[in-house]
Amino acid sequence: MSSATEQLLAVVLLINILILGIRRTDMAIRAISLQGVILGLLPLLGHNFQMHMLMITVLVLLAKGIFIPWLLLGAMKKVDFGEEVDPLFGYNGNIILGALATIFSFAIAKRLPMAPSHQELLIVPVALATMLAGAIALATRRKAINQVIGYLLLENGIFIFGLLLSESMPLMVEAGALLDLIAGIFVMGIIINHISREFSSIDTSRMTSLKEVE
Amino acid sequence: MMWLPCLLIALPLTGALCAWLVRSNNARPQVLVAAGCLHLPLSLAAVFWPRHDTWGAWLYLDAIGKVFLLEISLLYTACACYAVGYLRSRSERDNRVLCMGMLVCLAAMTLTAASRHLGLLWLAIAASTLTMAPLVYFNRNARSIEATWKFMMIGSVGIALALLGVFFLAYSTMVAGLEPTLQLEQLIQQAHLLPTSWLKAAYVLLLVGFGTKMGLVPMHTWKPDAYGEAPGLVGAMLAGGLANCGFIGLIRIHQITAATTLASSCSNMLIGIGLFSIAVATIFLVRQTDFKRMLAYSSVEHMGLFALALGLGGKALYGIMLHVIGNGLGKGMMFMVAGNINRAFGSKSREVARGALVRMPWSGALFLAGFFAVTGSPPFVTFASEFSFFSASFSRGGLVLTLLLGLLMSIAFLGMAQTVLPVVFGNPPATRERTKYRDSAILIVPPLALLLIGALAGLWLPEPLHSLFIAAAALLEVKP
Repeated sequence: MSSATEQLLAVVLLINILILGIRRTDMAIRAISLQGVILGLLPLLGHNFQMHMLMITVLVLLAKGIFIPWLLLGAMKKVDFGEEVDPLFGYNGNIILGALATIFSFAIAKRLPMAPSHQELLIVPVALATMLAGAIALATRRKAINQVIGYLLLENGIFIFGLLLSESMPLMVEAGALLDLIAGIFVMGIIINHISREFSSIDTSRMTSLKEVE
Repeated sequence: MMWLPCLLIALPLTGALCAWLVRSNNARPQVLVAAGCLHLPLSLAAVFWPRHDTWGAWLYLDAIGKVFLLEISLLYTACACYAVGYLRSRSERDNRVLCMGMLVCLAAMTLTAASRHLGLLWLAIAASTLTMAPLVYFNRNARSIEATWKFMMIGSVGIALALLGVFFLAYSTMVAGLEPTLQLEQLIQQAHLLPTSWLKAAYVLLLVGFGTKMGLVPMHTWKPDAYGEAPGLVGAMLAGGLANCGFIGLIRIHQITAATTLASSCSNMLIGIGLFSIAVATIFLVRQTDFKRMLAYSSVEHMGLFALALGLGGKALYGIMLHVIGNGLGKGMMFMVAGNINRAFGSKSREVARGALVRMPWSGALFLAGFFAVTGSPPFVTFASEFSFFSASFSRGGLVLTLLLGLLMSIAFLGMAQTVLPVVFGNPPATRERTKYRDSAILIVPPLALLLIGALAGLWLPEPLHSLFIAAAALLEVKP
């Protein structure tokens, strides 16, 4: 575990908190893009150089760093809505929740029965904290596009945990998972477009026509 | 023989490409039928071919995979024929995305049944979710976009959790100091060596993830919306195909834990979540006025039954295989007929859509017969499967569980009857104008065929099928 990896993982944690507290959606997309770039660099560090790793780095940089943020910014431009995130519990409440989730992750990670070579790694607590930050964002955001950002955070957390396995995961599965993510975000972008056309807003709390009638 | 599963997956993908290239909106649905007519015989060959020992490590059809492949292929072929009639009546709408989605989804479902690698299995299930999302939105209105968003968001989060579960499983092999692997065969053999903490965490995550796809309570909230708003054709694919694919995932992880000390706690978890699903679905089935949402809750109920039966084991395992065929085909035909009734009355509420038997005798009669088929009445195959669930719950779970199950299922039956009977037998509303819809052979024969298969299998199960089901159930048997 090189110190460069640890510092990058610390930046990932900071970005989690940043996204939870940020006011403007376009800045949140840029932040998640930066997180994607960092995730892309991680497989290259700390391992012996392998072709397999280089492929993953290139794929992740392209997908999480460039393509998905570009898709989201594109979806934002097409639908004209206020850029304020306006989450449940307010910005400060979200930051506090994020901080608590981070502390909780570190406390839990210490007690997990890890493989001997992984005892001291930051990977697991950071992965857990990122997943929890994603879950918080998913639960507190009202607008569809901000929910997508929460989903991306969750996926990023899972990807970080996957770093522990990256040498043993077949490239096909990793590439497939990324392709699935891209296609998913693409479809979500299209749906957001249609939601804004139908509801003249992408506030999903307005979507209440489907429920059980008494 | 490696080429056969590859061909079964490549064929629909080629079909999707053809559907993309065909320019005519009227000719495009023919590609669906052509793909079905090739896929079904090939699937039958794959299922009943006697020699299959040398298939590869990534793709292999074991007996469980064969049962699901058979069901998926039958359902798809019926849906494809039905689609020709349905899309003719919706010729104003571009059907390119729908045709491509159906075909890619068939490929993904076939891959789900045939994959021997959990990473690949996860990928196939994720792909099937993605391809179905645009299809739910076929009607292009506010209600369907809301349903699509829920389907997409809840489905994606569920799938993400399942991926984490797959990672945990792979990591557990690393912690045990073994060569990291996700091959099902190796995992089952080495299961007793894996650390239980990671294995249990993986099991819970996969149960939640694949349970979201199946629609187990409390991850079912997308289901009534998506099934209710999607066209009947898409509802048939979702309820008969995709829900079963989620169950394949659950079966695979259960196969791994069955050989460990976790077996009993995992089984209890399944029994609990299954019973909870049946109970909640029953509550919503009573007083449900929308007959498509009713079918969705019935699907939740039967997914709960699957989970319960898998947890019970024993005799129920053979019943599971019967139920995969019976419930999958039954739900498929019900959604097709519900689509017919919906179009004929311009409503899916039992307040408006009354007297289907008068307006449209074929669809009305099929809806009634299908109701008996999905609720497990004789002579349908679901009767045999549900009977085996009851007998397993008695021998393994005791009297209280059996009585509770019997009570819930009877309430669910009565609740559904409250909606089905007025829709079939009521007096057609005089105030509403008749729509242009009339029963036609192409919209009646596919659901009728599925119903007859369900009835035939209940009356007389051919010997090769019987031994296939026994072989599939044996794979799930807990080996001490």
